[in-house]
Amino acid sequence: MKKIALAKIDSLLEAISKDMNLFAPVDNKSTVNYAEWKSGDVAVFDKMTVRSAKDAFFPQCENMSKFSRDQDNKIIIDKLETCDKDFVVMGVRGCDIKAIAVLDKVFLSEPVDTFYAARRDHSILISLSCSKPEETCFCTTFGIDPAQPKGDVEMYIVSDYAYFNTVTAKGEKLISSLNNLLENAKDSDIDSAKVATRDIMCKLPLHDVTTDGWGAGVLEEMFNRPEWEQLSSSCIGCGTCTYVCPTCQCYDIRDYNGSNGVTRYRCWDSCMKSDFTMMAHGNNRTTQLQRFRQRFMHKLVYSPANNDGEFSCVGCGRCVAKCPVSMNIVKVIKTMGGEKL
Amino acid sequence: MQGLEKKIKDRASELLQSGAVDGIIGWEKGQFEYDPTPAVFTKETGLDNLCYNNFCGANLSKYLVGKITSDKKFAVLLKPCDTYSMNQLITEHRVNRSNIYIIGIGCNGHLNVEKIKAQGISGITAVSASDDHVNISTIYGDSKLAKKEILLGKCEVCRGNVHVIFDELIGEELQTPKPDDRFEMVAKLEAMTAEERFKFWQGELSRCIRCNACRNACPACTCRVCVFDNGRSGIEAKANASEFEEQMFHIIRAFHVAARCTDCGECSRVCPENIPLHLLNRKYVKDINEFYGDYQAGDIAEQRNPLVNFGDDDIEPTTVSDKGGQK
Repeated sequence: MKKIALAKIDSLLEAISKDMNLFAPVDNKSTVNYAEWKSGDVAVFDKMTVRSAKDAFFPQCENMSKFSRDQDNKIIIDKLETCDKDFVVMGVRGCDIKAIAVLDKVFLSEPVDTFYAARRDHSILISLSCSKPEETCFCTTFGIDPAQPKGDVEMYIVSDYAYFNTVTAKGEKLISSLNNLLENAKDSDIDSAKVATRDIMCKLPLHDVTTDGWGAGVLEEMFNRPEWEQLSSSCIGCGTCTYVCPTCQCYDIRDYNGSNGVTRYRCWDSCMKSDFTMMAHGNNRTTQLQRFRQRFMHKLVYSPANNDGEFSCVGCGRCVAKCPVSMNIVKVIKTMGGEKL
Repeated sequence: MQGLEKKIKDRASELLQSGAVDGIIGWEKGQFEYDPTPAVFTKETGLDNLCYNNFCGANLSKYLVGKITSDKKFAVLLKPCDTYSMNQLITEHRVNRSNIYIIGIGCNGHLNVEKIKAQGISGITAVSASDDHVNISTIYGDSKLAKKEILLGKCEVCRGNVHVIFDELIGEELQTPKPDDRFEMVAKLEAMTAEERFKFWQGELSRCIRCNACRNACPACTCRVCVFDNGRSGIEAKANASEFEEQMFHIIRAFHVAARCTDCGECSRVCPENIPLHLLNRKYVKDINEFYGDYQAGDIAEQRNPLVNFGDDDIEPTTVSDKGGQK
């Protein structure tokens, strides 16, 4: 276990970012978002980011290949290079760590997504133990321990110090390169903070949310529940919930036809939107009820049915905090599922 | 507020029971104090969950657009500022007035939970407001904030307690907040150099995630298929290809709603990245006031707005352009 005074944390960020890109929660005026940390930026570790850490591996928009013609009018296909430099993602909470595991199952299964895989291979994750969970948090519903999320390095903030515990060889390499900035600390220094976090989780208003009634094997029953109509009638069909979600993984691939050839790019897509999975015959979900139901059925039924019972919600609470009309997965879970008695 | 909520519930119950309406569009109680959800109540039993508290900022008028082809009649709860949007929707024939029963409800300003959280307050378990102060209980301790500091942006520039269209009123005696100067920030932006202004908007709009919440919540954005969702438009986009593009989306949207925007503030209220989008629209409101005389979209139903109403003494666009935006 190593530590550094919080007052000096910028020197640590400076040292990391000297050799590698550092992705961290940065104060961007009125919101906190993951961004490439640059000298002078304020890293914020006690607030939830609007967008999740998935941006580091699966950015909202990325170019995939370029097509152009040479002098003989032959088509040249440029496959764009994938990530080839190590980078650090710092301050990743338990919910987002679990979300990366959910994304891994999608992008690292055959056929492997090479863009995603390259970023995962080159990333060093510094997880963050939550010290001040918010009322919108319900990660414990999905069996997550926010007090000790597993990264290559675990980070804990206790009173005026940031503590670092190395877990993997990658993490060990990073921390040993920063040794001149870090002091030695005892493993037990963080014990009481972990206990405190777990205690807080039990006091949060959503601590009793349970997935009872949801999961694999309830497809027919849940799909046909009459409650979808009432729940979806509030939805305005924007993409906020899907874009702030750490596990939403749908994307669209488009060609941009510019003057110097064609760029093929992909960008996040949202099942909430009317042109999602548009096909030659039109759209296969024509009402907001169908689109709304798709999102929650995916998280709470289809995902566990295809992934050994794993839900693709991690209880980060971002959609709970950010939905413009305050309709969210917790309301869906509670309306049709059950609460712990 | 609780007394008013009870009155609204009682009246809603009467309307449903008598069959005067088939549904009531209101707010449904959430999991916290601050997250009521717009909802349609069709059964008296559901009315237990109808709520009218300090966090009912959402403008419900837009929900009527989706009901235009319905043969059912809906009552809708509208705060004074929301009624301007309703008038505008009637003007544009985007709602069916004969199937709408407007209950104008009193308002003393609604709160913005984002502003509460910006003070470092989290773990919120209860919120109660008096005329001037708001008490917030959290699992980490209690706080007391001045109500003025945490009002929704739209309430800071409140247009007053007059409902410009209604079928009946409940609680209209409530005192709306004293408004700040509505155009102060627009004037500040106007006073900036072009470079400063560009930097300001680039800083704000670079946070845009193209969720389209601003567009979808906007009561003036009622195109059946938005040009940005139309694959055949050539400019359909699901993400911002560049910083330039994210600016274009918002500027095109602001142009499209110019003189139709009632300045209801929903765009900024719903933005997950807290971008002050209303300032773009408010710039057009200010320009229209200056070029054509004071104009408020939606204050009278069926009126023609200055941009579609040619007059001999209209300002010449070239004059404005030659003078760098001055009349």
